[in-house]
Amino acid sequence: MAQQKYRRLTSHTPLFWLLIALHVIAIAAGVAAALYMETHGHGVTGMSNQIVWGAPHVFAVFLIVSASGALNVASVSSVFNRLNYKPFARLSGILAIALLVGGLMVLVLDLGRPERVFVAMTTYNFRSIFAWNIYLYSGFVAIVAFYLFAMMDRRASRNQLFGKIMGSTAFVWRLLLTMGTGSIFGFLIARDAYYGAIMAPLFIASSLVYGLAFTVLVLVTMSHETSNQLMPEEMVGKFRGLLSLFILATLFLTLISHLTKIYAAPFRGVEAFLLHDGGVYPLAFWLGQILIGSLAPLALLALADNGPTGRKMLALASLLLLLGGLAQFYVIIIGGQAYPLNIFPGYVASSSFFDGAINAYTPSAPEILLGISGVSIAMLIAALGCRLLPFLPEAPAKSEGARP
Amino acid sequence: MSSCSGGCAKTGCAKTGCANTGVDRRGLLRTAGAFAATLLAPGVTLYAFGARDAQARPAGEPASANVRWGMLIDLNKCKPGCNACVTACNEENGLKSSGRPEIDAQWIRKVTLRNAATGVIQEAPVMCQHCENPPCVDVCPTGASFKRADGIVLVDKHICIGCRYCMMACPFKARSFVHEEHDDQKVNAPRGKGTVEGCTLCVDRIDAGRKPACVEACAREGGAMIFGDLNDPESEISKKLRQLPTTKLRADLAVAPAVTYANL
Amino acid sequence: MRALRNIFAATLFLVGAAVLSLASAARAEDGAGRTPAPHPPRAQGEHCVADTAFMRRNHMLMMFDHRKEAVHQGVRTPQFSLAGCVSCHAVKGEDGKPVSFASEKHFCRSCHSYAAVQIDCFECHASRPEAPKQAVDAGGADIDKLAAYLRETKQ
Repeated sequence: MAQQKYRRLTSHTPLFWLLIALHVIAIAAGVAAALYMETHGHGVTGMSNQIVWGAPHVFAVFLIVSASGALNVASVSSVFNRLNYKPFARLSGILAIALLVGGLMVLVLDLGRPERVFVAMTTYNFRSIFAWNIYLYSGFVAIVAFYLFAMMDRRASRNQLFGKIMGSTAFVWRLLLTMGTGSIFGFLIARDAYYGAIMAPLFIASSLVYGLAFTVLVLVTMSHETSNQLMPEEMVGKFRGLLSLFILATLFLTLISHLTKIYAAPFRGVEAFLLHDGGVYPLAFWLGQILIGSLAPLALLALADNGPTGRKMLALASLLLLLGGLAQFYVIIIGGQAYPLNIFPGYVASSSFFDGAINAYTPSAPEILLGISGVSIAMLIAALGCRLLPFLPEAPAKSEGARP
Repeated sequence: MSSCSGGCAKTGCAKTGCANTGVDRRGLLRTAGAFAATLLAPGVTLYAFGARDAQARPAGEPASANVRWGMLIDLNKCKPGCNACVTACNEENGLKSSGRPEIDAQWIRKVTLRNAATGVIQEAPVMCQHCENPPCVDVCPTGASFKRADGIVLVDKHICIGCRYCMMACPFKARSFVHEEHDDQKVNAPRGKGTVEGCTLCVDRIDAGRKPACVEACAREGGAMIFGDLNDPESEISKKLRQLPTTKLRADLAVAPAVTYANL
Repeated sequence: MRALRNIFAATLFLVGAAVLSLASAARAEDGAGRTPAPHPPRAQGEHCVADTAFMRRNHMLMMFDHRKEAVHQGVRTPQFSLAGCVSCHAVKGEDGKPVSFASEKHFCRSCHSYAAVQIDCFECHASRPEAPKQAVDAGGADIDKLAAYLRETKQ
């Protein structure tokens, strides 16, 4: 096989500059929103003592989960020895780091005392899954960086074993990371909507979907940018297949998790709330996650061919998947808190502290801006990476080649 | 980050340093006595009277695991509509309403309970249950949420980063997040924007040998709340616990609260 | 960002300290007056819990160590109590009441503003003493008891 060549981004189209400008504006708005929230306190957001985690956490969890999934392509190439994926491994690595950094930034800027992030990095309670995650996140960045080094450094890349070891380590680590993120919710005994081991595999399956969807969209953008078709027909087919598989896995685990709870009488209340009576949450679930975020993309992927139209359909499906992902985490994170805690089983509770009441939540502008800025940070880091280092593959000569 | 938090892990250094400066603490304390009585320590003043149920530790001695502070709330004696415990708590700890109940802190609240099967209505005060196995302590990433040796569950606001994971984990909705800036805190109850807080069982009062404010207020209104040492079989609370039919909230979770409800 | 602000303040402080020490070395002969120095107001008691030089250098360490003991173990040694500092060093404002940290006259601010060292003690802690309500209730005889207690705890 011919030596795969890689390239940096060199010249930019107006569309690219427009995208960059939008991301910069979004980041500026996000930072301003964070400053505003920090100066005035969380009272200016939609979050309260009832809904303690809001829109920023939806975005942060979505990005962190996507980050581990973005490593899919690299893992497939070096752990499972699929050479077709190899050209995209570098991009998949930098995207993984970028998405994680974006998610973490949102998470940190939403803290009540963000300036104490140093405390979080120096004082640990090792019983806390949250504390483990701090290691999992920073470890992920370090390991993926080493993995990129193993792939990109002239001398290091000659050593196949080094790349293989780093690839496998990164693969195991990303599974642990997503498991840890899912367990942030799965370990909460107090909340009917969360408690359960299913959260870890559910988050892993979701990560595969959203990470790959991000990768596809970045590849499409970069193809446009380099006037080079980076995704040959063969890869369109493979991505269609993989995405469909991952969507089905996520749907399966979602089904199991709801069925398990519906089957148990104590959890029927929360299930009825999330799936039927809860207003915006059933809507986000059925319309957002299931219809727009799973069934529609599945249909698109099934109907698409591997040619230019299919490529567009793949891109559209990826976009829908990401929207569905946001809906999924909105239902999980916010819907799970909107349903009241059952402190007195067998009693109907009411109080001035909203006991027994469905908790209201409307995301405020600062929260949404902060969340979106996380996505923009990730995209900007990825773009900057591609500008500085050769992450992008040169289009393979054998396929359809350069396109205008 | 505060500049003063950056430094000395050498616990000894400051103190030995102080001793070496040759300040006469006895003399100092004599002269300081008057102002101390007025300003320093309302709690300490009352310490001098002693208390019946809460034996004060000598100052300088850490809280001991031989003691397990707990509370028994007899709902038969808890008057409907009475809010004395809540008012006393708010007064003691300087909790004021912002006008937006959804973001207001409530360290203790009255919950109205209607039995779903029989329709019987009861009221119950609910606060931090000071669990033996507190989920909030398990989940806290920095260890800011902790359980003291004598079983009181607290937040060390010096290292709380405001992530609110403890609020997600608490089965009793006992924690509040400070959503706004405050500059009128009580000396005995530090609390500030961006950190999580909850019932401290009036830990400063306990350290001074007094009862929590809610218990004191309740005693004037029928005495539904009994506070004391669960480890002492002769304490009033232990005796009462042996006489009354009692329940713990969410006993199924096995977090083993220190607060027990009678006649629920 | 508070962190950024603090880093900036810390840098300023370091640069300032370096410049000041250079300047003071150069003008050692000139005597005082050229550089504005902070004038922390006098406290109400006769002595501080340690001598001034020691307190200037170490007050933050004393508080830093004590806060762990006080919060985690319930060791409330009056000598290291922040509430003690605040009440003894209270500065009265125009209205005759102690000023809060929001005022430039506040004891802690008189130096910390000068040194550009930001503290966040008073984000949570009361920066002025409370009106002495309980002590009035307690009456004069109890002050003897208190003094006796304080002597006892000293040992």
